[in-house]
Amino acid sequence: MSAYRKETTPPPYCIDERMKIPTESPVLHVASRGIAPVIMLIGLYVFFHGHYSPGGGFQGGVLLAAGVLLLRMTLGVTQSQKLMPTTLTLKLSAVGALIFAGTGLVALLCGGNFLDYHFLPVWFEPVYLRYYGILFIEVGVTITVMTTLIAIYDDLLGC
Amino acid sequence: MYDFIQGYYAYLFLATLFVIGLWGMMTKCNLMKKIMSMSVVQSTTILFWIVSAYKDDARVTVLDKSLGVDNPDIYLNPLPHTLMLTAIVVAVVTLGVSYALIINIYREYNTLDEPTLLERMK
Amino acid sequence: MKALQYLSLAAFLAILFAVMVDLPPRGDLQAPAQKVVNEAGTPVAGTYYIQNAYKDAKTPNMVTVILADYRGFDTMGETIVVFTGGLACFFLLRRRP
Repeated sequence: MSAYRKETTPPPYCIDERMKIPTESPVLHVASRGIAPVIMLIGLYVFFHGHYSPGGGFQGGVLLAAGVLLLRMTLGVTQSQKLMPTTLTLKLSAVGALIFAGTGLVALLCGGNFLDYHFLPVWFEPVYLRYYGILFIEVGVTITVMTTLIAIYDDLLGC
Repeated sequence: MYDFIQGYYAYLFLATLFVIGLWGMMTKCNLMKKIMSMSVVQSTTILFWIVSAYKDDARVTVLDKSLGVDNPDIYLNPLPHTLMLTAIVVAVVTLGVSYALIINIYREYNTLDEPTLLERMK
Repeated sequence: MKALQYLSLAAFLAILFAVMVDLPPRGDLQAPAQKVVNEAGTPVAGTYYIQNAYKDAKTPNMVTVILADYRGFDTMGETIVVFTGGLACFFLLRRRP
């Protein structure tokens, strides 16, 4: 496409390998291993307590992603693959969007409008059906936001 | 004069911040700095909506059962908060996509300086 | 060229300041967005949500009710935008053989 690439040496494809290997500092290792589970626990609290206090799917998803990305930065990419593999992130993101749209589609198939929680085939009182419908779609939002942020970080890192 | 400053200091601050972001987008030559300035403008827009939702002596938008909802003036306006909640996450994702584009430009042309880039694109 | 840029920025700042004076001051309870009924006689959105959120969905947090119930279709669009952004990042940055 561009003539520039042919004239000069090939551009450096690998951006910076130092971002992928673990850090040397033992203080950062110990601190990040201690802090990351607490961040993810707070993320789960923010997500599940979103009906009663400031919080919800978007904020909880961002906090969960922050917990994983802290380990990605300090332990390196290869050692933190067990927590959230790179190949799984975009698939889980699609699953989250599918949970959201699927809740609306189930309500559509059961006789209501799209995303009309009164028609979900679960036997609660109709008012509380909306309460649980909100919880269902918040699950989808959380999974999508968390895995998309991790996927963008991994892609920018080039792995 | 005191009432004017108390009622409008947020708008003064936000207008200045908006123009600072526009200045960065117009005059800087590095593409990375342009994207950072675009982020400043996005944050200004989000803060403007949040300022518009504020009421004097109001509470957060979580229902307090002992107070009820008869007087809606004791709660903040929840609609701008909701809209900006989604806007923040979408802003993060658009920032990620723009960084991906910038990395692609750097791989192709080995520079991010705009005059050099335009010269090499000929 | 440089002078023109700074001149246009200063002019834009002046326009922003001139327009800003007509906005309702911060925290004004009589602003159009905070009223109960607007001039046309229909309920204003924010106040309607405050008054009806708990009655409709039994959830005290009004922001959650608006996000997932009243404007659920909007939030579905946002979710799909987030997913599409991740997908675009993947396809832009993958290693071509």
